[in-house]
Amino acid sequence: MTSATELAAIAPSPEPPPDPLARASAETVRTPWSEFWRKFKRQKVALVAAGFVLLLVVVAILAPWIVPYDAENFFDYDKLNARPSAAHWFGVDALGRDIFSRIIMGARISLAAGFLSVAVGAIVGTLLGLVAGYFEGWWDRVIMRICDVLFAFPGILLAIAIVAILGGGMENVIVAVAIFSIPTFARLVRGNTLALKHLTYIEAARSIGAMDSTIISRHIFPGTISAVVVYFSLRVGTSIITAASLSFLGLGAQPPTPEWGAMLNAAQADMLMAPHEAIFPALAIFVTVLAFNLLGDGLRDALDPKIERR
Amino acid sequence: MLQYIAKRLLGLLPTLLIVGFLVFLFVHLLPGDPARLAAGVDATPETVELVRKDLGLDRPLSEQFVRFVVGVGHWDFGRSLRTKRPVATEIGERFMPTFWLTVWSMVWSVLFGMAIGILSAVYRNRAPDRIGMTIAVSGISFPAFALGLVLMQLFSVQLGWLPTVGNDTWRSYVLPSLTLGAAVAAIMARFTRSSFVDILGEDYIRTARAKGLDEQHVVVKHGLRNALIPVVTMMGLQFGFLLGGSIVVEKVFNWPGLGRLLVDAVDMRDYPTIQALVLLFSLEFILINLVVDVLYGLINPTIRYK
Repeated sequence: MTSATELAAIAPSPEPPPDPLARASAETVRTPWSEFWRKFKRQKVALVAAGFVLLLVVVAILAPWIVPYDAENFFDYDKLNARPSAAHWFGVDALGRDIFSRIIMGARISLAAGFLSVAVGAIVGTLLGLVAGYFEGWWDRVIMRICDVLFAFPGILLAIAIVAILGGGMENVIVAVAIFSIPTFARLVRGNTLALKHLTYIEAARSIGAMDSTIISRHIFPGTISAVVVYFSLRVGTSIITAASLSFLGLGAQPPTPEWGAMLNAAQADMLMAPHEAIFPALAIFVTVLAFNLLGDGLRDALDPKIERR
Repeated sequence: MLQYIAKRLLGLLPTLLIVGFLVFLFVHLLPGDPARLAAGVDATPETVELVRKDLGLDRPLSEQFVRFVVGVGHWDFGRSLRTKRPVATEIGERFMPTFWLTVWSMVWSVLFGMAIGILSAVYRNRAPDRIGMTIAVSGISFPAFALGLVLMQLFSVQLGWLPTVGNDTWRSYVLPSLTLGAAVAAIMARFTRSSFVDILGEDYIRTARAKGLDEQHVVVKHGLRNALIPVVTMMGLQFGFLLGGSIVVEKVFNWPGLGRLLVDAVDMRDYPTIQALVLLFSLEFILINLVVDVLYGLINPTIRYK
């Protein structure tokens, strides 16, 4: 989403902007997108975070082609626990595997776990929230009761209980974290829906005979989307930590999978001899989650109409 | 007020019942035959049948549920499959270490987090705010288990100041509670700041300043009490986070608490223990939220419960 004004700002040249039409429209018509971009681009930290997240996604997608060594099946027996060097940027672990390659492959797993689980949680939660908030009554009571029950399990306890039923492994962790994300999105969207549905434009839509499904999808859903987007970004960070925690506890990804939490768990035994085995996976989780949190903060500041007033 | 509490307690009953039913169903959702699980891998079919009778697993589901509820009412959760001791005893031994760990984490993280949040709001967009918020966003991004390992490496292994494991002296509480509370302190700091920034922009704060009160008085007397209202709600939610977080932290520090008991139980598929712990954790969480709601009414005079 790059507006022509932004391009002009980057390259202050005497030449006219590449597309005068686009420029005129970006300046005269204030679409939600241009408004968002105008506020978002002012936040340098969030921009850097967004760039980093993008880079991570590219690295995760291309991981199998860019790793210098096979993350699971390459063993350098002469360099067990070796410190970082030119050949092994992040050093070698206790079994002789290249930690850099494992971190890169781990990005794939952690990002997939974070994105997939939150995406499922957000989609299901948003649908439930829209239905509960729009129809109220019986629907609302049932859905909110389910949310209350899911909320009654603190923190990652629900995820642990689900993993205990389904068994370990990354797929089950994703399911567990997704279920654990549903109620927060449902509550958020329900609250917004309740507030929106009494506004005049919704009443107008109803008075011209629009169907409930049309009103929900065309008029109410767009009003809730900014809150969902902000929450999504913040939630991906939390979910990556939850998934890594489960793996650290031995309930998620199993060895030799190069999952960051599982790598930290394995590194515990050699903490004294080879602290780098713990430092790099810990840093990887930290930097990734930090990027999502900073991005989420930036999105919130750009999307929340309250911020401008202060 | 009392009437409100009673009403809320009654309102909790359906949630509790559903939670209880889910926890009860847990055994039947597990893959495999629970009777075989309880009898052990090398048990003969006859033994498995005996165990099934003994545990009442041959009865109809509804009857089993009633027995489960009655059992829980008498603090009877069955026997642990791992140690063969009553689950209630196991939990009794492990309860206090987790309780104190959670309490100390909560105390330091709330005090510290609120202090940072208030400072950041008062010095908004200046150095203390930037430093405070950088620490806070780092705090929510660093996973507890990694923080625990780093702290342990630094203060116990390298410097030798504090013990690595065990819970005999107050010194052994320092690192686990620091680890467990870090994320909560960070969340409290961020939340207190935004709540305070809102309050400091209110008209009555301007009035207080206009009548010549010194800044300290304005912040503490007029700001703090009002800013506390959302902060207290947040505190209750964070208690749940601490209960969950203790599971991870106890594993790192080999803490003899409920969290580690749960991880071990999941590892060994010790389902009576898992059931009891999940039930206990959620019960605690629900009750804490009730207490928070009541506190909310005490500090906010605009809310009058009817």
